[in-house]
Amino acid sequence: MDDVLLRARGLRKTFGDFVAVDGIDVEVRRGEAFGFLGPNGAGKSSTMKMVGCVSPVSGGELSILGLDPATDGAAIRARLGVCPQQDMLDEDLSVEENLWVYGRFFGLSKREVRARAEELLEFAQLTERRHDRVEPLSGGMKRRLTIARALVNNPEVLLLDEPTTGLDPQARHVLWDRLYRLKRDGVTLIITTHYMDEAEQLCDRLVVMDHGRIVAEGSPRELIDRHSTREVVELRFPVDEQERHVEAARAVADRVEVLPDRLLVYTADGDDALAALHGRGIQPLSALVRRSTLEDVFLHLTGRTLVD
Amino acid sequence: MSLVPPPTAPTADAGGSGRLAAGPRRPLGRGERVAAAMAHHVLVYRRTWRGSVISRFLSPLFFLAALGLGLGSLVDAGSGGVGQQSYLQFVVPGIIAYQGALLGFGDATYPVLGYIKWNRMYSATLATPLGVTDVLVGHLTVLAANLAVATAVFVAVAALFGAFASWWVLLAVPVGMLTGLAFAVPTFAVSATILTDNVFGVLYRFVLTPVLLFSGTFFPLEQLPGWLRPVAWVTPLWHGVVLARAAAAGEWPGAVGLVHLGVIALFIGVGWVVAHRAFTRRLLS
Repeated sequence: MDDVLLRARGLRKTFGDFVAVDGIDVEVRRGEAFGFLGPNGAGKSSTMKMVGCVSPVSGGELSILGLDPATDGAAIRARLGVCPQQDMLDEDLSVEENLWVYGRFFGLSKREVRARAEELLEFAQLTERRHDRVEPLSGGMKRRLTIARALVNNPEVLLLDEPTTGLDPQARHVLWDRLYRLKRDGVTLIITTHYMDEAEQLCDRLVVMDHGRIVAEGSPRELIDRHSTREVVELRFPVDEQERHVEAARAVADRVEVLPDRLLVYTADGDDALAALHGRGIQPLSALVRRSTLEDVFLHLTGRTLVD
Repeated sequence: MSLVPPPTAPTADAGGSGRLAAGPRRPLGRGERVAAAMAHHVLVYRRTWRGSVISRFLSPLFFLAALGLGLGSLVDAGSGGVGQQSYLQFVVPGIIAYQGALLGFGDATYPVLGYIKWNRMYSATLATPLGVTDVLVGHLTVLAANLAVATAVFVAVAALFGAFASWWVLLAVPVGMLTGLAFAVPTFAVSATILTDNVFGVLYRFVLTPVLLFSGTFFPLEQLPGWLRPVAWVTPLWHGVVLARAAAAGEWPGAVGLVHLGVIALFIGVGWVVAHRAFTRRLLS
């Protein structure tokens, strides 16, 4: 059995003259948690809409579950779960009514829908709010309901577009925990995010997207090893003084990135580099030694930060 | 170190081993898909039916009292009614058609724009096996049923006032429904095209209100100067008014009745094509 659930070759999406997705190659295997990491406007959501069979492919090849979205859209959608960037719930209906309505769209019988809603309310920790209207619920609850709704047809693949954007840290962690459980249960996750911590937490493998193209691919660990150093020293200086210290920093590091408010000094050993800087008589306002993250990978590949 | 605790004791399982089998599913037929879309809108109407039932009984009462009895007594005293009829009998079928138009327009404005733009429930629906045709037919069927109920209530209330000469008035129920659809379906297309809801206010003031006033609803079209009459001919409301009036009087309209029906059907048919295209462009681009 073919275990590649999603295969894209030279996939393109254009709106008039605007190129949203510019020829990407992607393969996602069954059971994987796969991520598209990139800033807003990188083409992640356009890619997700094509994968979700709600946006026609402009060029290249795309197959999902071995089927062609152009001809088998409904059959593919029957086996997908989609958690869009915006919740898209019917806020006038109750929590459980939203689940019932959605289950019917997949052809579930009334009995199946009720049984499934029971499980999903439990999973989304919304059993106590089942009779409440959706409108006044918190952002985190609405998000969990949207994910629960996306699971109503027991999908083989769950598409999550920016799943935790706009949520507070507590709500994000609750949501990540739910997603871990799904992954453990064998659901293939395809996630877009512009949060590097989310990508590191959730994704087995990811691609970094920028301007509609894929600029790197691998596991979070591989990407960091390949495109960054082990450690980073973040140096802050008084306003206007930063400029003067760039040369000195370059002398002790593999690479230096100059951000408006700080210098990032890339090196295998942050403490050594910091000691060397001190030895040259450089005294920053603050200095922080940390491990490299995907944010550093993105900065190195594109010269820009993920979240402005 | 992980920010999130590793999965602990197994809890409610949602993804894998639930009772619902994963994998390919039997494709749904058109009827099943439309029924699923209808089930959504039936639930929504069920949430709001109490408020609308009251307004549906009250608004015909207001119209009957003010126009039928108030204005009607003046007209009847001054000119002995309209043709062979009392003014009440003349004006009620017009109001039936107008109510259909107003309800059809109203149900196709904010609710539809809401599903497209605000809560985006249509987009959520199209992420399932349902397509644009299913979404449109499902919503319009429930909307049509709502129109039929509203018209039937009006006919029943007006009958208590002796507003009808014939049992054929029961045919005014489908006429009211079709007139409503002739406004609703093109308005679906408008809602799927516009970016802000200001357009609805403009449509109401500059399209719906003149159509109401110049469609022979409150006075015979012949009272208007000849050059103004063609305005009525191209609105579906006038054709609905003529048909409802014929039904209420129990007069068979003859072949010209088919022309009136045809114009209403044309608005629904052209509206459908434009709405389907607008929905596809807006929601599946």
